[in-house]
Amino acid sequence: MAPPVLEVDHLTKSFDGVTAINDISFSVDQGEIIGFFGPNGAGKTTLIQLLLGLITATSGTIRILGMNLEKDREKILSQVNFSSTYVSMPTSLTLLENMKVFAKLYGIRQPAARIEFLFKLFEIDRLKGTLTRHLSSGQLTRLSLAKALLNSPKILFLDEPTASLDPDIADKTRTILKSIRDENAMTVLYTSHNMKEMQEISDRIILLNGGKIIVSGHPSDILQHYEESNLEALFLRVARGDTR
Amino acid sequence: MNLLRVSAMIQRHLYLYQRSVPRLMEIFFWPLMDILVWGFITIYLQQSDQTLPRFVTFFLGALLLWDLFYRAQQGISVSFLEEIWSKNLLNIFVSPVRPSEFLTALMAIGLAKMIIAGIASALMAWLLYDFNLFVIGISLLPFALNLLVMGWTIGIISTSAILRYGQEAEVLAWGLGFLIQPVSAVFYPVSVLPSFIQPVALALPVAHIFEGMRTVLETGAVPYDSLIAATVLNGVYLTVSIFLFHWVLRVVRDKGLLIHRGTE
Repeated sequence: MAPPVLEVDHLTKSFDGVTAINDISFSVDQGEIIGFFGPNGAGKTTLIQLLLGLITATSGTIRILGMNLEKDREKILSQVNFSSTYVSMPTSLTLLENMKVFAKLYGIRQPAARIEFLFKLFEIDRLKGTLTRHLSSGQLTRLSLAKALLNSPKILFLDEPTASLDPDIADKTRTILKSIRDENAMTVLYTSHNMKEMQEISDRIILLNGGKIIVSGHPSDILQHYEESNLEALFLRVARGDTR
Repeated sequence: MNLLRVSAMIQRHLYLYQRSVPRLMEIFFWPLMDILVWGFITIYLQQSDQTLPRFVTFFLGALLLWDLFYRAQQGISVSFLEEIWSKNLLNIFVSPVRPSEFLTALMAIGLAKMIIAGIASALMAWLLYDFNLFVIGISLLPFALNLLVMGWTIGIISTSAILRYGQEAEVLAWGLGFLIQPVSAVFYPVSVLPSFIQPVALALPVAHIFEGMRTVLETGAVPYDSLIAATVLNGVYLTVSIFLFHWVLRVVRDKGLLIHRGTE
């Protein structure tokens, strides 16, 4: 059996005495799609930031692709990528210029072919000469996702990836992510408030509340455990303090 | 050091400047305004008092060189701000770019800005006032290089402050250089300063640079004592500023502030 691509061991993060992530441990296998789920302030975004090395842990360890994030940061970051609705790209550059810059940052061989492929995949190829500032929020999200797939990452971290997409493009994006996962065994870790989406594409969801893992498992198993019909109902229970 | 990643960061700013008139103006407009205003003032002073024949040389020379320092500093701090303004900082910090590569790219941009602004300013001074900086160029070169290093240092310090305190510290990108100008002996010698401030001035490389440059402009000879003092101090301050940047980066990662800088 292949070793996990991500191992989190007793991870804790405190900010000035406030514990945002409280002694959590979990592992992720290659090719899994993991959804982090929980109310605002549950620790989802903090956890993603910790896994990307944007925040340092108070205690505990993170191993990605068999390497320690603290010690092998550069090697790890060249094999993973990230996209967030809350992060943009230089708006005075065209889409093509932005992608060329990031292709160099990630050391992509034959970047032109890869960029062309991703532009077509996300249906933004006709916009490649457009300044990024002229994109709609949905187009910007697609550019950000294209950037996140430039280096064919082994692990993709997504923070609310479909938040600003219309239902059609959001559906296409989910299909793209699933097909890339199926073809390349890419692992995806993402946060979302779209319960339907989470139920549809996650192999496993990790329910967080108050910085702790409340439960982890396949969406249908979790719903069965909590005797709920859908994740939205479960979300409301957790958000209102009922985690029994 | 991965030079491909450094070149990517530089290329990002070249793309930006090639189509941004306001950013190009920033390189050319303010030096032109400074040269026009101070050039006419010095000509007026020279005409009204024949005992001040070197005013044009000193003032314009100091002005040109101060502007080199300022462009080198802004090459770092404003380029860093561009990443914050465009909410692109997190994309860079989740890429394999090392902090040292990030700083190297910013320093290269500072050097490029300084060279372009320096040539443009010197040409303007030559055309408008017949002041030819290039005649004494070789002797001034080591001092100009020291100004570049001092500009880098101030740029890295202001960048560290912005990284730590966010947009409320943005003003330092424009103001920090001017904060030290009164004790930098740009337009007057250190001896003019009150005695209790002189040690402060002499602790800054920039005062030695301008003292040295005045000697070069006056005599044509290189004052090696000023040059050595400036170089040694610059080495110390640049090293400290680089350590400061790395330390601040650790602090913002620990406090979870990087996410705020990347999305604020």
